[in-house]
Amino acid sequence: MAVEKEKLNWMYRNMLTIRNFEERVAELFAAGKCFGFVHLYVGEEAVATGVCANLRKEDYITSTHRGHGHLISKGGDLNLMMAELFGRRTGYCKGKGGSMHIADVELGILGANGIVGGGFPAAVGAGFTAKYKGTDHVVACFFGDGASNQGTFHEALNMASIWKLPVVFVNENNFYGISLSQKRSMNIPDVAARAASYNIPGVVVDGNDVLAVYEAVQEAVKRARSGEGPTLVECKTYRYRGHFEGDPTVYRTEEEVREWKKKDPIPRFETRLSQMGIMTEDQMKQLRDEISNQIEEAVKFADESPWPSPEEVLDDVYA
Amino acid sequence: MRKLTIRAAINEALRQEMKRDPDVYVLGEDVGVFGGCFGVTAGLIDEFGPERVIDTPITESAIVGSAVGAAATGLRPVAELMFMDFVGVTLDQIFNQAAKMRYMFGGKATIPMVIRTACGAGGSAAAQHSQSLEAWFMHVPGLKVVAPSTSYDAKGLLVSSIRDDNPVIFVEHKFIYDMEGEVPEDLYTVPLGKADVKREGSDVTVIATMAMVHRALEAAEELSKEGVSVEVVDPRTLQPLDNETIIESIKKTHKVVIVHEAVKFAGPGAEIAAMIADEAFDYLDAPVKRVAAPFTPVPFSPVLEKEYIPGKEKIINAVKELTA
Ligand SMILES: Cc1ncc(C[n+]2csc(CCOP(=O)(O)OP(=O)(O)O)c2C)c(N)n1
Ligand SMILES: [Mg+2]
Repeated sequence: MAVEKEKLNWMYRNMLTIRNFEERVAELFAAGKCFGFVHLYVGEEAVATGVCANLRKEDYITSTHRGHGHLISKGGDLNLMMAELFGRRTGYCKGKGGSMHIADVELGILGANGIVGGGFPAAVGAGFTAKYKGTDHVVACFFGDGASNQGTFHEALNMASIWKLPVVFVNENNFYGISLSQKRSMNIPDVAARAASYNIPGVVVDGNDVLAVYEAVQEAVKRARSGEGPTLVECKTYRYRGHFEGDPTVYRTEEEVREWKKKDPIPRFETRLSQMGIMTEDQMKQLRDEISNQIEEAVKFADESPWPSPEEVLDDVYA
Repeated sequence: MRKLTIRAAINEALRQEMKRDPDVYVLGEDVGVFGGCFGVTAGLIDEFGPERVIDTPITESAIVGSAVGAAATGLRPVAELMFMDFVGVTLDQIFNQAAKMRYMFGGKATIPMVIRTACGAGGSAAAQHSQSLEAWFMHVPGLKVVAPSTSYDAKGLLVSSIRDDNPVIFVEHKFIYDMEGEVPEDLYTVPLGKADVKREGSDVTVIATMAMVHRALEAAEELSKEGVSVEVVDPRTLQPLDNETIIESIKKTHKVVIVHEAVKFAGPGAEIAAMIADEAFDYLDAPVKRVAAPFTPVPFSPVLEKEYIPGKEKIINAVKELTA
C-alpha cells in the first residue's frame, strides 16, 4: 500500500508528540504540577495515530481514561490540554474536568471518560446521528481489553450491528485492566473474536505497527462510510508505565516490559521511514527538537495561566 | 489501646469475619494481589487464596448481581466497588434485585451481602471518581446504608454489616482511610442504627457524617475557644437512622447544623432535617441549618474542589449564625 509522504510524516510527528507529551506529564505529575488520576499512553502511540490518520475533522472519537494520545491524534490543542491537566481556567474544560474528561466537541472529540465502558453507547449515538442526518461521518470508539467485559460493550456492538452504524470499535489490547491480565479476565485470546457474536468483521493487528493499524482501520472506515456498518479492530499493544501515575505495578514482570520495549512503535517506524527514504536521521532529530519545544511552550502556557476563581464552581451545570 | 488506620480496621474486620465464617468471601476489581485500589484488601489473598478473594473482570453489574445470587443461595459476599461513582453501572442489581427480592418474594428470601465502596472528593479525581451518593441508597426500601468515620466504628460496623441478613451499602470515605484510631484486636460489633456522640456539648448540635465528622470536631474545638459548646453527633448508619440519639441531643442544645459532603439538595441532610421538623420541632430554638456541597458535579481543579467540599470554616459560620 502506498501511503502519501505527507501522511507518513504526520504519523511520525504525531507519535513523537504523544510520547513527548506523556513523558513530560509524568515529570510534571511527580512535581505536583498536575493532579488527580493520570493514565499515560506511552507505548501505545501507534494505535491512536494509525486510527486517526484515517479520520477527517468532522469524524468523531470517543476516548477513555487513557485519552491523551487519542486527543492529540484527533487534533487536540496541546496548550489547552496541558492547561487542563494543570487545573487552569484556560484549559479545555476550564479546570472542571482534568485528564479523564478532556473533550473538544468541535473537533469531534466526544470526551475522555472516567467510566470504563462509558463511551461505547455514546459512540453508537454519534454513529446514529451520522446515519440519521445522512452524512458520511464515522466514529472511532477507543476502548481497552478490560472494557470489553462491560455490558455496554456488548450492548453497543449489537446495536451498531443491527442498525449498520458507521462505528469503528478500536480495541487497545494492552493485556491488562489495571492488575488483571487479559488471560484472567476472558476466555479467548483475541477480543476481536467477540465480533462474531454480532456478525461484524473482527480484525487483529499489531498495534505497535502504525502502518498495520492504519491499513486495518482504513478498511473499517471505508466500510463504515459506505453504510456497511461497524467493524471491531483489535490492536495488540502494551503500556510501559503503571496503570496510573503512582501504580507500583506488582502484577507484571520487568522482563515482560523489557520484551515489549523491544517492539517500541517509534523506533520501528523510524527504521521504516529511513528504509523508505522518507526522512533522514537529521530530519528526525530536527523534528524531535521541534516537538520538544512545542511541548515546553504548552507547559509554559499552562504554568502561566490563571487558576479558575472559586465561584466558577457553580457554572456550566445546566445549559 | 492499639491504633489502626481506618483502612487497616476494615481489612481486619474482613480477615476476622472470613476466618470465622467460611461462607464470607470478597470479590471486586483488583482486590487480589493488587490489594484493592485503596489497599483495603491487601494481604487477604495470601491468607484466604483466590477462591475467596476474587479478582473480577471490569463488570460491575455482574460483580453485584452475582453477589445477589450467591447471597440468595447461602453465601455472604462482600463486594467491592472501587469508586462509589461506579454504582451507576450496577444500579439495577442493587435497587431492583438486591433491595427488593425479600419483599417481592413475600419474605422468603434473604440477601446477606455487603457492597463496600469508596466515596468522597479531595484528590482532584473529578466528577466521576469523587461523589458521595449515600442518599440515593437511603431512598430505597430494603437497603441499609452504613457510613463510618473512625477506625473503631469501621471495624465494628463492617462486622455487623457482614452478619446482617440484608443488603448493606458500606460507604468508606477515601480521604479518611489513613486516619488512626483505637481498635480492639478481638472481634466486636457496632450495631447498625445506632448513632454516636463524638463530642459532648450544650449550645449547638452538629450532625455530621464520614469525613465531615472530623471537620465538625475541628470546628467544635475552635468554637470552644470562643465559648461556644458544640455537640457532634455521628449517625454512623443512615438507614436505619437513629432518630432517638439525634433528638436527645437537640433537646439539650435546641439548635442544629447538619453537615455532609454530598450535595445539599435532596442529600442525606434533607431527610434528617425533615425528621427533626417532624419529631423535634418543639425543642428547636432556630431553623435547622445545613452545610453541604453545592448542587454541581465535583470539579477537578484544586481551587474549585476546595470551594466545593464543605470545610471547617463553613461549619463555624453556620454555628455562629445560630448562636449570634
Ligand atoms: C466502571 C468503572 N469500573 C472501574 C474503573 C476503574 N478502572 C479505571 S481504568 C481500569 C482498567 C481499564 O482497563 P482497560 O479497559 O484494559 O484499559 P487500560 O487501562 O488497559 O488502557 C479500571 C478497572 C472505572 N474507571 N470505571
Ligand atoms: Mg488494558
